[in-house]
Amino acid sequence: MSITIKDVEHVANLARLELSEEEKEQFTGQLNAILNYAEKLGELDTSGVEPTTHVLPITNVMREDEPRPSTGVDKAMRNAPDEDEGQFRVPAVLE
Amino acid sequence: MTQATTYETVVGLEVHVELHTKSKIFCGCSTSFGAPPNTNTCPICLGHPGVLPVLNRQAVEYAMKAAMALNCEIADVSKFDRKNYFYPDSPKAYQISQYDQPIGEHGWIDIEVEGQTKRIGITRLHLEEDAGKLTHVDGGYASLVDLNRVGTPLIEIVSEPDIRTPEEAKAYLEKLKAIMQYCDVSDVKMEEGSLRCDANISLRPWGQEQFGTRAELKNMNSFRGVQRGLEYEQWRQAEVLDRGEAVVQETRRWDEAQGKTISMRGKEEAHDYRYFPDPDLVRIHIDEEWKSAVRADIPELPDARQRRYMDELGLSAYDAGVITSTKAISDFFEESLSYTKDAKAVANWIMGDLLGYLNASGLELDAAKITGQGLGEMVELQAKGTISSKIAKTVFKAMLESGKRPQQIVEEQGLVQISDEGAIGAIVDEVIAANPQSVDDYKAGKDKAIGFLVGQVMKASRGKANPAMVNKLLQERLRG
Repeated sequence: MSITIKDVEHVANLARLELSEEEKEQFTGQLNAILNYAEKLGELDTSGVEPTTHVLPITNVMREDEPRPSTGVDKAMRNAPDEDEGQFRVPAVLE
Repeated sequence: MTQATTYETVVGLEVHVELHTKSKIFCGCSTSFGAPPNTNTCPICLGHPGVLPVLNRQAVEYAMKAAMALNCEIADVSKFDRKNYFYPDSPKAYQISQYDQPIGEHGWIDIEVEGQTKRIGITRLHLEEDAGKLTHVDGGYASLVDLNRVGTPLIEIVSEPDIRTPEEAKAYLEKLKAIMQYCDVSDVKMEEGSLRCDANISLRPWGQEQFGTRAELKNMNSFRGVQRGLEYEQWRQAEVLDRGEAVVQETRRWDEAQGKTISMRGKEEAHDYRYFPDPDLVRIHIDEEWKSAVRADIPELPDARQRRYMDELGLSAYDAGVITSTKAISDFFEESLSYTKDAKAVANWIMGDLLGYLNASGLELDAAKITGQGLGEMVELQAKGTISSKIAKTVFKAMLESGKRPQQIVEEQGLVQISDEGAIGAIVDEVIAANPQSVDDYKAGKDKAIGFLVGQVMKASRGKANPAMVNKLLQERLRG
């Protein structure tokens, strides 16, 4: 697998990151190195092995449907860079 | 909009239904509708770092119940995935959803359009969390974000592209809504956003197997809106194809006020959600025991009720279909039948006076004051001859407005039917004496004249005389 500058630009765009040309070059190299390293896993025969999403053999962790108090709007707003009467205020987004 | 004859329309619907759990899907915040902005939030649904979501068991069971009611196969193993996107309605910058192991797959429901039953396939039903609500400040310089709704459990129900007309789409939605109501998993109120619908629509020349290029329609806020949006889009795409141009694959917004769909440019770029399994949530194993327990909790569904009303109560397919189309009406009907055996009479009152009243007033049944018990008792009063069919209309109207029991209305307004031969005979004699012309007409062979005389007696008794007895006494007197 080989990552190109185009892939880096695409991923950066999805993550809303603005990268300089120099950074793009740098990350292309680094990401390729990481992927090449992970490629080693491809040498193993994994046929018959279930895909793993968790390392612990735990399933069905659930809670009962019981509401508990929320933390409240004041605390919610404490981390808001900008707010307006209990609502987060963000740059205009129109679909 | 006649070009539909040149092309075949193909529609698939994606419906989101909010499950009415008391708390959110991954935290204990309340899901109540209409709370002040951001009051039902906590670090988990606000997407703060380092928090751990824990799955609400009730949400899983509601999703299983809904999937079973839609005839889906239930997964043995299911899991949650992260769907990554940036938008201020999602504070985590991803939505917890299900990618390749949904709760249910391969289901179907039957719909009825123009007397024909048609089966619509359900591709999948999966569980996910809802996003927040944005309001755009006047002037368009900022948006306000309310995250109360973030984390409300949703099921997304994806249909197969089996729908061929806007009417079928509407019938599918109505059936889906009824099934969710019967299962009691959601309030399914489109006006509160607890049921939302997006549509994929494409056209192809008749006989062509391959689907045409589709457009995705959003922002249809009522069943009527879905139908109108699809009708418009069907027409628009036919126009594009007739001009020899190609339909562009894009997302379009239905504008109710303008009555047309508008392209949402820019929405198409980078639809790359980079799904991956959510490391915070472990797998769900659904064993047979759990499935059986949930299945046992599914009540009689609309199709089964409709069949029962036809087979056991003798209703017509149409009446049974209308009455079972919403759970509220059907439950009302059943309640009435605890007080009278005459199912057809109850059905007639519902089909005529009740639905007529609800349509005219734009009310839902729960806003009307009349009860199923009241209607059942009234039908019995009529059967026993206590009130005439004419008085029953008056009583029914009074029940709609006051919710009082029919006996009470009859007593308060003195509406008891007069069936006393002597009392009616006295009125009949007065009417005969006062209308010699009509009496002569009748005797001269004008049978219609008796109708006038009956009317006069009814009027003189203020509608309370037993009409059968009035007829009988009048004929006896006139013949004699």
